[in-house]
Amino acid sequence: MKKDIILAGVGGQGILSIATIIGHVAVKKNLHLKQAEVHGMSQRGGDVQSHLRISDKPIFSDLVPHGGADIILSVEPMESLRYLPWLKKEGWVITNTSPYINITNYPEMDVILGELKKRKNHIAIPAEDLAAEAGTKRAMNIVMLGAAAQFLGIDFAELEDGIRAVFGRKGDKIVDVNLKALRAGRDFTDKATA
Amino acid sequence: MEAKLSDKKQLLLGDEAIAQGAIDAGASGFYAYPGTPSTEILEYVQRSRVAQEKGIHSQWSANEKTAVEAGLGMSYAGKRTMACMKHVGLNVAADSFVNSGITGANGGYIIVSADDPSMHSSQNEQDSRFYGKFAFMPVLEPSSQQEAYDMCFYGFDFSEKYKIPVLMRITTRLAHSRSGVELKDPREPNSITLPEDARQFVLLPAISRRRYKKLLETQSKFIEESNNSPYNKYIEAGDKKRGIIACGLGYNYVMENYPDGCPHPILKICQYPLPDKLIKRMAEECEEILVVEEGMPLVEEQLRGFMNAPLTIRGRLDGTLSRDGELNPNMVRVALGMDSMMGDNVPDLVKSRPPAFCVGCGHIDFFKALNEAVKDKHGDGHVFSDIGCYTLAAQPPFESINSCVDMGASITMAKGAADAGLFPSIAVIGDSTFTHSGITGLLDCAIESTNIVVCILDNSTTAMTGGQNSHASGRVRDICLGLGINPEHIRECVPLPKNHEELVKIINEEVAYEGVSVVVPTRECVQTIGKKPKKQ
Ligand SMILES: Cc1ncc(C[n+]2csc(CCOP(=O)(O)OP(=O)(O)O)c2C)c(N)n1
Repeated sequence: MKKDIILAGVGGQGILSIATIIGHVAVKKNLHLKQAEVHGMSQRGGDVQSHLRISDKPIFSDLVPHGGADIILSVEPMESLRYLPWLKKEGWVITNTSPYINITNYPEMDVILGELKKRKNHIAIPAEDLAAEAGTKRAMNIVMLGAAAQFLGIDFAELEDGIRAVFGRKGDKIVDVNLKALRAGRDFTDKATA
Repeated sequence: MEAKLSDKKQLLLGDEAIAQGAIDAGASGFYAYPGTPSTEILEYVQRSRVAQEKGIHSQWSANEKTAVEAGLGMSYAGKRTMACMKHVGLNVAADSFVNSGITGANGGYIIVSADDPSMHSSQNEQDSRFYGKFAFMPVLEPSSQQEAYDMCFYGFDFSEKYKIPVLMRITTRLAHSRSGVELKDPREPNSITLPEDARQFVLLPAISRRRYKKLLETQSKFIEESNNSPYNKYIEAGDKKRGIIACGLGYNYVMENYPDGCPHPILKICQYPLPDKLIKRMAEECEEILVVEEGMPLVEEQLRGFMNAPLTIRGRLDGTLSRDGELNPNMVRVALGMDSMMGDNVPDLVKSRPPAFCVGCGHIDFFKALNEAVKDKHGDGHVFSDIGCYTLAAQPPFESINSCVDMGASITMAKGAADAGLFPSIAVIGDSTFTHSGITGLLDCAIESTNIVVCILDNSTTAMTGGQNSHASGRVRDICLGLGINPEHIRECVPLPKNHEELVKIINEEVAYEGVSVVVPTRECVQTIGKKPKKQ
């Protein structure tokens, strides 16, 4: 088992909570893990990414090799395309569709979606809306995690346990909202790939 | 959010592994000034309950020089200590660093310098290993989070065995990447023990000459340690057309490309000075050598020299690998002679997204006023700036600043330009940068009554690196008074949209004043306000 994942977004969107949950599960399963993050300047509204690698064999590089990622998981649509050089030919692009516009030349949404549709394996998900339905827009990241669930090589129940472990300290209500968000993401992908 | 695996195995960033390693290896104090990618080392110690219980020193220092000196003092007193900084911080600390090679250490002393190849968050991509070589100090360059942890024990032991500080060189990729780390049983801190030679640390010429000779003589022992180090490994293999010297993270990128094992002999180097016997062995066995090292071609240059080497040497100098920038698996793959694995190109529609001021940041209001008072009236070219969030004012729509060189250079460059006759000459510096390296420059100005306006942007924190305490907080006015600035020309104000006219007026008035003026726009960073713990 080996999964290479690029998490993408804009500084401040909090992609690292996704990494934390996957990391938690991976480590519980005694998998090897490496996760490279961006700290520093780009966190001020710049583009940020995290390279997340899990495997049942030791991992050497902290970086996912170019052309080696199984999944690009992006919380922002334009950012999902920035990392195509890292994606395997048959890899999946899974992206939230709500744009984060903090530049003046942000492209039109149809152009972004058009580019995305050129790829056989893509999922575009209105994660913010689904998160709001689950209880809070802030669970958008967790909807995205749910949307990627079937490609992670991790059982869904294990991801649920991961949510319970990571959010447990914040109380049952937060855990429930996030579990709902996780399932909403999963259901969306199930339908999209059915 | 942190995932804890067990008490003995934890998921740690490279920086955190170093902090935990030094705590477990018996450090009594950490000294540091924040700087990406090194900041998380001291931040981890500050959060560590064990460190608090043991009373381990973990306050920020004013700058890297004070940090390295304080560390040397703790080592003098016989205790284990670590100083941490980003690579350019080692320039600031260079005087104390290089001289600490000559004084030597007493208690184990590790100095961590975090390099930033590809300049993700830095002004340059200098390679700290050169400093190690320059100061004749052993250098450790971990290739994994686990090695980073283990090397703290090893480094302190080494430092105490040879009474020499040890430089640990890491890069962004290791600093900010997380992996599982097995912890060892913690070791007790040392008790106070003064150096055997009470004059060891007195660098009078007569003593320095003696100590320098001793340092040179010890080099052969360091080289022998490198030959036998657990971190330098010669890995035998059949295809000797090529041998590979892989340093630090470079080793990982090579191995990533050989999932079934490397067909060529590899010499993994994570401890310097270079292991001469291992290198000579590779030179005798192989037809050519490929050097894969993160940063500058330190090893490659040493192998090549000026004369023709008896065998082909490939690396960053002959173009086999890029001369600059961070390594990655694909670059190394191509250098190894395999096809690139590059996926699809980035579509043209993807636009760059540079970092920007946060919504509501006080720096925005200050630069709007500064532009109106200076750029609109006197033209572009009058504003010397410094390093911090406010450097983002170089970009549109502000385009307010004309320099950013090194911490503190705003005031001193503005001084030099004013001395040359530039009017107005304006310096813009953050509060933390001011106490790091601005005070001495302002003293120069005060002594000469230089005609400049120094704007000290006080947001009560070191914002760019994530909001560490600033030594300047609440002290800017007093410091300026102490330096001899005329109190009538220390002008505090609050950068808010509603105060725009007032800010412009203050700047105009101080530009008109002939002499040193200090303008202090004071408003807390919107990020740190947000992070303040809510009252229960
Ligand atoms: C010698 C050196 N040390 C550390 C850094 C890292 N660094 C860059 S900006 C900065 C903080 C500046 O804080 P401040 O001047 O208060 O400005 P702010 O970001 O808060 O606006 C630091 C520590 C550096 N670039 N050079």
